[in-house]
Order: sequence, then C-alpha cells, then structure tokens
Amino acid sequence: MSRLFPYPGLSLALAAFWVLLHNSLAPMTLLGAVLIGIVAPWSLVPLEAPKLRIGSAVALFKLAGIVIYDIVRSNFAVAAIILGGARHAHTSGFVAIPLELTNRYGLALLAVIITSTPGTLWAQHDAATNRLLLHVFDFVDEADWIDLVKRRYEPLLREIFQ
Amino acid sequence: MIEAPDLPLWAALLTSILIVGGAAFTLIGAVGLATLRSFYQRVHAPTLGTTLGAALILSGSMLCFSVLQSRPVGRELLLLLFVLLTTPVTFILLVRAALYRDRSESNQEVPPLD
Repeated sequence: MSRLFPYPGLSLALAAFWVLLHNSLAPMTLLGAVLIGIVAPWSLVPLEAPKLRIGSAVALFKLAGIVIYDIVRSNFAVAAIILGGARHAHTSGFVAIPLELTNRYGLALLAVIITSTPGTLWAQHDAATNRLLLHVFDFVDEADWIDLVKRRYEPLLREIFQ
Repeated sequence: MIEAPDLPLWAALLTSILIVGGAAFTLIGAVGLATLRSFYQRVHAPTLGTTLGAALILSGSMLCFSVLQSRPVGRELLLLLFVLLTTPVTFILLVRAALYRDRSESNQEVPPLD
C-alpha cells in the first residue's frame, strides 16, 4: 500500500476535494479523483514531510467545535471594538506563552487557529525554547490568553497529534 | 442585473440576510484596517472578513444555488476551508516582517528577541 500511496490520508482528501469541486459523480470525475489521489501525493515525498497520525478523531471534532465557537464570538467582540472607535479605549499587547506541543502539524494548526481568530495573532514561535509570542488585540488580562492556549487548545492538539 | 425568478421568497430572504450580514462583517474589518492605530492592531481587523464574513456570504451562496438546482451544493465549503487555511500564512509573514523591522529600530513597544 505505502508503495502506491505514500500519504494515504492526503490521497483520500485530494480525491474528495476533486469530487466536491466538480460537484458530480460522473465516471470522468471519479477517474480524475483516483488519478489525482495517486499522483499528487508523490510531490510531498522529496520534501520529506513527516507522516501525519491522528491520535484521536473525537478530540479533532471537539477542537473544531471549540474553534468555530471562539471565532464567531471573537468576531463580534472585535467588531464591537472597531465600531466603538475611540470611545472604548483599549490596549493591545504581546503575550509570551511556553508551549509543550512540539508536533509540527500541531503547531501549524495552532498557528492557523490563533491567526484566523480575530483578536489573536501568532507573532513568533521559537523552536529552540518552544515559546510562542502572541499579539492580543483586546489585552485586559495576560492570564486569560495564556489560559486560552494552554487549557483550551493545547491539550486537545496534543491529544490529536502526539 | 441577474434575476433569480425560481428562488422562493423564504430562500431569497434568508440568502439576502446571510450575504448582507457577511458583507457587514467584511466592511467592519475593512474600517478597522483603515482606522486602527498600530500595525499589529490593523492586522487583526481583516480576519473578520476571512472568517465570519466569508462564512456568511458562502452560506448564502450555498443556500441560493442548492435551492435553485434542487440539490446540495458543497463547493463553497472548500472555498471557506482554503480561505481559512491560507490567509493566516500571509498575516504571519507580515507580522514577522514588522517584528523584524521594529526590533532593528529598537522599538520599545515590541518584546525583544531572546
């Protein structure tokens, strides 16, 4: 199997993308899906991308739910601050957070989650000290933001990827 | 003007609400991008358009075309996924460049490299 499919998960995802993009189950679409699923993952082999292992699918869905909720909530929070203008003075600032998560895919997903959420921004990650520098839009209490990453996201990410 | 005479009233109403809502969030993000004070604050604003703004507009599109074609249309979910996954890459790159610039100018508001 691994001779034909170096990254089986990626093959499946690409085939699913192909079918969704064409929005049909015609024979030509299915043939295209199979071909792209076989050929495209080979482009990752020279990059020596580590294999992705999902430790817990339940944690993945739980994380997705939490992230969707957080994104919607912070959309309203940031919109309120922007519309409030100068009347609501607020401060922004940087927070340094020591991480225990070391998996590269886990860190990449955390970077996407944090940056996609309005109000938080992934500023820098130091691989040697595993320390994350976060920029926070509405900076009230540093501990809140450390809690958000350490208690809300990191345990689930470690469960999924490590 | 493109007309959609086959769209029933409930779907037309719901689609309009979703699209106007999404456009509103995107507009607020754009206003923030133009009016916020520091560079790091301004980077937060456009994420309104790439998250809830895009999600609402794409849900409206999904609803409209699913009703018109009488079958579920899922292409917009892929669009949303790609927008969500790719825009943070740009933002992170911009912020890294700004951090580099501010540190080389010894800007006091930016935490030092350790």
